[in-house]
Amino acid sequence: MTFNERLLALDRRWVFLVLTIFVIIPIFVKFAVPLSPPKEVRDVYNFIEDLKPGDYILISLDYDPGSLAELHPVAMAMLEQCYAKKLKVITLTLSQTGAQMAEEAVRDVADSCLVYHGFKPVPGIDYVYLGYKPYPGLIILGMGMNFRIPFPQDYNGTTLDSIPMMRGIKNYDNIKGVISLSAGNVSDMWVADGNGRYNVKLAFAQTGVGVADYYPYYQSGQIFGIIGGMKGAAEYEYLCKNPGTATDAMRTQVFAHAVVIVFIIIGNLAFFLGRRAKARTQESK
Amino acid sequence: MEQAVSTGTILWTTVGVFLTLCLFSFLYKDNPFYKFAEHLVVGVSVGYWAILLYYNGVNPNLFSHLFVFATDPATKVQYNTWHPKFNEFYYVIPGILGIAMWTRFSRKYSWISRYPLALYLGIANGIAIPVTMKANVLTQMRGTVVGLGFEWSKVGFLGVPQGIWDVVVVVGTISSLIYFFFSKEHKGAWGGAAKLGIYTLMIGFGATFGYTVMARVSLLIYRIQYISDWWKMIF
Repeated sequence: MTFNERLLALDRRWVFLVLTIFVIIPIFVKFAVPLSPPKEVRDVYNFIEDLKPGDYILISLDYDPGSLAELHPVAMAMLEQCYAKKLKVITLTLSQTGAQMAEEAVRDVADSCLVYHGFKPVPGIDYVYLGYKPYPGLIILGMGMNFRIPFPQDYNGTTLDSIPMMRGIKNYDNIKGVISLSAGNVSDMWVADGNGRYNVKLAFAQTGVGVADYYPYYQSGQIFGIIGGMKGAAEYEYLCKNPGTATDAMRTQVFAHAVVIVFIIIGNLAFFLGRRAKARTQESK
Repeated sequence: MEQAVSTGTILWTTVGVFLTLCLFSFLYKDNPFYKFAEHLVVGVSVGYWAILLYYNGVNPNLFSHLFVFATDPATKVQYNTWHPKFNEFYYVIPGILGIAMWTRFSRKYSWISRYPLALYLGIANGIAIPVTMKANVLTQMRGTVVGLGFEWSKVGFLGVPQGIWDVVVVVGTISSLIYFFFSKEHKGAWGGAAKLGIYTLMIGFGATFGYTVMARVSLLIYRIQYISDWWKMIF
């Protein structure tokens, strides 16, 4: 067996082991990764910054615990930014296994405001969590008519008219925009049913797997901004001057990407050298 | 001053670490620990979702119209008294349609489930087709050609004039479409355009691959951070 053949037949568990080692190293090696947020991330940040205290914004936390690593840092930074600006924040989730996780995030960030901003947003006055309802497309369309159609009550079972900040708030006409933090095709429904049907001002935070599919919507103006994967999350934390887990993870991303690139180069070299060696052998025959 | 960690937090975090290691063990080879963790995730997810659907779907959207709901004066929270009310009795119809879906489990009566399914598909298509056509076809077409400004003085990505990038978008889109047009043989200029199309597609797939690597590594990082935090908490 030649060196090339041995490389191509390498047990993939060695790749996993090397990658794991390089993911662990940055826990002990501290250094800062420079971040320069692109326009699509700055657009989301600036949109919230330009809102006035008392303006309504809807943040839809459409992801489950499996995507927590990439989208939770955005949720934390964005919610804190909204609370600090004294916006009225309507939150909900269209992901079935994300209901409790989203509720904890909304509440925890509100609690932390007392430490970092000297005040605590009050549920029902400064923010509301509507919870989860099945069939995202229908829920998005329903909210376009009246929030009370899909959500007659909030997550705790309180009727919407009993919640002070929801009095007089009927549909998307009463809010400045929607930001969906999504790990799947709920974003498609927000574009088609929210923006397509009701012209809702829309932005996304997406997991890395899906973000490339949603850039065309940014270019066509159907969404006003997009935050992609953990890098996008770190950039958003940077803009909010609120470094968290995503910023911390950038060191590891640098190491891990370097390892993946090295393995891709080795794999390609082995493949092409092997092909050349095979051609030479055939020529000599 | 260090904050005391509760026994419950230590216990549940340890369970989390154990299950994480069970799932990672699959990277070495399939084993009973992985199978246990995998089945636990599926079971817990289904159980959680079933309860959630009842309290967030069936209860407020169906039962609240068929039974009297009372409001707790202190918490303003509504609860079902199970006393029937008849002013919105027509809500029985969606209830019956929902139950009819369950006839799929019977070989004899499964035909009944076709009626609610047909109604559901009809409504879903009626709602989805116009909005999808607008959002994913018409607006995207406009964004590809009409929406581009072809501004030659505006500096775009990598310092190149934005107009050039707009031309790249138009040429890339058209050549990619040519690649999928099989009614004409890919030869000559047409073949060249198709080849350009496949290069454009490969750039797109490359971007998706790069982001996917980042996403998968992000998940690994998060679990390693979780185990690291647990280690610091225990030792």
